[in-house]
Amino acid sequence: MRRVLRAQTGRPGIRANLSVQPCKGNRMASETNLNAGIEDGVRRRDFINIAAVSFAGVGAAAVVLPLVNQMNPSADVLALSSTEIDISAIQSGQAIKTSWRKQPVFVRNLTPVEIAEANKVPLGDLRDPQTLAERTKTGKENWLITLGVCTHLGCVPLGAAEGEPRGDFGGYFCPCHGSHYDTAARIRKGPAPKNLTVPPYDFTSDTVVTIG
Amino acid sequence: MSFPWAKNYEPQQPLMKWLDEKLPLPRLVYNAVGAGYPVPRNLNYFWNFGVLAGAALAIQIITGIVLAMHYAANAGVAFDSVEHIMRDVNAGWFIRYAHMNGASMFFIVVYLHIFRGLYYGSYKAPREMVWLLGVVIFLLMMATAFMGYVLPWGQMSFWGAQVITGFFSAIPVVGEPIRVWLLGGFAPDDAALNRFFSLHYLLPFVIAGVVILHIWALHIPGSSNPTGIEVKDEQDTVPFHPYYTAKDGFGLGVFLLLFVALTFFSPNLLGHADNYIPANPLSTPAHIVPEWYFWPFYAILRAFTFNFLWIDAKLWGVIAMFASIALLFFLPWLDSSPVKSSTYRPLYRKFFWVLVVDVLILGYCGKSPAEQPYVIMSQLAAAYYFAHFLIILPIVSRIERPAPMPNSITEAVLAKHADKSSASATA
Ligand code: HEM
Ligand code: FES
Repeated sequence: MRRVLRAQTGRPGIRANLSVQPCKGNRMASETNLNAGIEDGVRRRDFINIAAVSFAGVGAAAVVLPLVNQMNPSADVLALSSTEIDISAIQSGQAIKTSWRKQPVFVRNLTPVEIAEANKVPLGDLRDPQTLAERTKTGKENWLITLGVCTHLGCVPLGAAEGEPRGDFGGYFCPCHGSHYDTAARIRKGPAPKNLTVPPYDFTSDTVVTIG
Repeated sequence: MSFPWAKNYEPQQPLMKWLDEKLPLPRLVYNAVGAGYPVPRNLNYFWNFGVLAGAALAIQIITGIVLAMHYAANAGVAFDSVEHIMRDVNAGWFIRYAHMNGASMFFIVVYLHIFRGLYYGSYKAPREMVWLLGVVIFLLMMATAFMGYVLPWGQMSFWGAQVITGFFSAIPVVGEPIRVWLLGGFAPDDAALNRFFSLHYLLPFVIAGVVILHIWALHIPGSSNPTGIEVKDEQDTVPFHPYYTAKDGFGLGVFLLLFVALTFFSPNLLGHADNYIPANPLSTPAHIVPEWYFWPFYAILRAFTFNFLWIDAKLWGVIAMFASIALLFFLPWLDSSPVKSSTYRPLYRKFFWVLVVDVLILGYCGKSPAEQPYVIMSQLAAAYYFAHFLIILPIVSRIERPAPMPNSITEAVLAKHADKSSASATA
């Protein structure tokens, strides 16, 4: 009975082995041999097999971790993560470009008109609704500090330097695929999904900002 | 596998006999591209492009290995090291221009190879696997070429790397961490340049491996042919050698002439002048464009300027761009017509040419700035591209009435010759 069952569930290895046995007597012998230690249809060898392969699998998975993680930013790249900027020379209406973690940063001194324009926009009209106040520090609403990295595919938008086009909404314009940002650097038109990112920063004094 | 009438390899000299017993490499060559491989007798010059793509890969690997001997993958010196190759290394300018234009020539022949497949229905059973492996090769080539273009660390290199890794940031939630992980930083820098160089060196050999699988899969049913009718007996075929070694050799000569003409007379024709400006992370060039072979896909990416359903424009663009290539994986099952060759498919043939024009329009839009009228043009062309594969093709293959077909390759060939001789008789 047992043999019939096994033939049906098919252990190809064993069947192949058996079929090359020349005579019936031998066949019986190897059968008993293979079945040594069998309890409830589970062989010791099955257990060892599963245990060994699982153990190797866990080991292989563990090795993948460092192999994947080595791709993440290394310690020296992360160490560049804070920058101090002196903003005393930036006149109202002007902006400067600096860099933080090797990414461009725009520091812009908004004019009262630009601030009023930004506050006039109903939040419902925005793709990524945020007020100017939420994007600046209290009492320093004229200081708009954002990454100069378009949230579409990462070009540097124009509009920080003198004479560069500022787009349809007077803020920044990304020429790569035509994204327009308003005077609070919020996305208004074009393919970019988000407002320009406001990096973590603090005013260390009235004229010095620490980013990061 | 091969046809039963394939010639058998029988080494004559003792040395070859000895070799055949120990390592039957000459036998493999004989059966793959020698007299032991029967091929339809009616292949036209469009069947040259596979061999040409192989030659282009070999040229890229040879020139690339030489470049790597002089190139330094470090953001501080990469640009200068390429200029050093151009000015100081003996014949360096030649090797680099050959590699640069070799990439373009590689894509030209591969595009012709792909459109050959579309026209003659080579993707259909029993050659689906050949087609699928071909699409894999195409994807690997695109990754390789992209990473190679980053290596000279010019403005286009840098901003190309920024924009293309930016694709991944479109993925919701995990997108930005994936991008940072790919770059090993927050913007392209040393870490990115080094890993791109490592992969740019590796991938061509992976491509070579997949090419072997591609040819292996091809040699099971054997090549298709311009009639799309399968080989029936011996008179439909000729041995690969000397017939197609000669035809491919001639094609290779023409290819190399065009290649050296481009390399010597106009090496920067297909490149972009901005890539001779060193990378500047604080300033994007006014008009960034990828290399010409990516233009159609770039146009599809940029065609989405509006949010649609609950997915934003950026993610749509990226999905559409990848989908435009992924579609090709499903092609064998989208086209259910049993007739392969466009020669006998009057309706499909028309749509094939519309598709060619559509892809050319996409290419033109991809190279143009992101303004009107190019935006609307790329939107329409992108929509048509998807419609071709997802709507037109399935419908055409159902309603089309194929033209009468000859019974065999030989019959088709003889009929053609009969036409010609009767034409010349009347003349
Ligand atoms: C599938 C095959 C290949 C393709 C499509 C390809 C493509 C490219 C492209 C487009 C460039 C940029 C050229 C420029 O603007 O200067 C490049 C550069 C480079 N490639 Fe490749 N390549 C391939 C194979 C290889 C191989 C096998 C190696 C090395 C073993 C290699 C090593 C290099 C090096 C060192 C550079 C930088 C030097 C330069 O810019 O000229 N390439 N590759
Ligand atoms: S990167 Fe700015 S619009 Fe695409």
